Amino acid sequence: MSEEKLKFAFYWAASCGGCEIAVLDIDEVILDVAAAADILLWPVAMDFKYKDVEAMDDGHIDVCFFNGAIRNSEQEELAHLLRKKSKVMVAFGSCAVTGGIPGLANLSDKKGIFETVYHDNASIENPEGIVPEPSSQVKEGELTIPEFYDTVRTLDQTIEVDYYLPGCPPPTSLILTAVTAIIKGELPPKGSIIAPNKSVCDECRFEKSDKRITEIKRVYEVEKLEDKCLLEQGIICLGPATRGGCDAQCLKANMPCTGCGGPTPNSLDQGGKMISALASILGLDDEEKYNDEQVDALIDKVVDPVGTFYKYGLPSALIKRKVMKE
Amino acid sequence: MPDFEPSVVAFLCNWCSYAGADLAGTSRLKYPPNVRSIRVMCSGRVDPVFVLDALKEGIDGILVAGCHPGDCHYQSGNYKTNRKIKLIKKLLDELGIESDRVRFEYISASEGQKFADTVTEFVFRLKELGPNPLKEECQ
Repeated sequence: MSEEKLKFAFYWAASCGGCEIAVLDIDEVILDVAAAADILLWPVAMDFKYKDVEAMDDGHIDVCFFNGAIRNSEQEELAHLLRKKSKVMVAFGSCAVTGGIPGLANLSDKKGIFETVYHDNASIENPEGIVPEPSSQVKEGELTIPEFYDTVRTLDQTIEVDYYLPGCPPPTSLILTAVTAIIKGELPPKGSIIAPNKSVCDECRFEKSDKRITEIKRVYEVEKLEDKCLLEQGIICLGPATRGGCDAQCLKANMPCTGCGGPTPNSLDQGGKMISALASILGLDDEEKYNDEQVDALIDKVVDPVGTFYKYGLPSALIKRKVMKE
Repeated sequence: MPDFEPSVVAFLCNWCSYAGADLAGTSRLKYPPNVRSIRVMCSGRVDPVFVLDALKEGIDGILVAGCHPGDCHYQSGNYKTNRKIKLIKKLLDELGIESDRVRFEYISASEGQKFADTVTEFVFRLKELGPNPLKEECQ
């Protein structure tokens, strides 16, 4: 690295802003970052104009940390623009990596979402039925806003991505690993996921033994938590199907893993793997005695399969969205 | 859609259902030629990801067949597959894909007729359903 400072950019698309906070969670190391790098774009914290980015030479930005999924034309345009202007593009956080919570909007489409948000919600009063339009005429002239898409996409379904930092938000230790590697110029091979190649269970504090459950419980239904694997207590925990690196933080707070780390290495589909794991241990004792209705009753305790098994990853799953019927 | 010929992938367990399909052949039973058999050692080997991947690739129907309860060569693979398929069906319902596209059957080595009947019924049902809605997307 030359003596010249590194140039960073942070951008957010369809995300909640938690990833931006996570950047600050690296505490005083942020001062090292500030010493080593200039920040050229960070809409959440500083005032920049898109035209300043447009005016940069191609490849001017050293590293762009991009969080959020892509679900409207502004986000898509900025993804392409920042890709052109950045040497290294990092998909930062679950939304950019696998689609994240906004990805669950793939269970509906633009029409369905607009109907709920602008017409059907109990707190909405919209007698004229006004919905946002990409372009509208007012007396001062034409007003435009970004176009809303039917389908939420991940960052790498939109542009080429160099590195992936999964997590909702990415754990501080992984952000530190990434930032340190960038400052030292010791980046892993392109396309790497900056997280360990092991599952959340590997880092989980709970005692684990044979898994065999007779029913599925939702978190609120468990009165007294035992000090053992949550799956063994009947709570759906996505630990076995989820990439670790988070130090199993949620488990430390007695909450099950919901899968923000994305699929484990070499797994095509996180939800499919979890379905396999869960169905295998559910009703394992005396499984030969269950009749078909009893098996159905067991399975029916999974209330919302997509929301349970694809909470952070519907846009990157094998089946990326709901099939909408006319 | 009169000309529609559904594509069917059948995962058949080595010990019962594949032998059942073999018997259907050696007994010269007639069944629709839409089915492509894949032999697996146990129906328990069929990962839900195989089923989802087949659907994503545009296959119209997936048949998984294993030994009858109590007959599994590995003791309990068929019970697990039964539960997996039920959970996959529930997932597909939520994703707007007809869950009838995935079917699990117990077919023993002596049930050549049941294999032929199952395939015939399944292909008939798939013709009613029409092409896999994910097919357009993957082309």
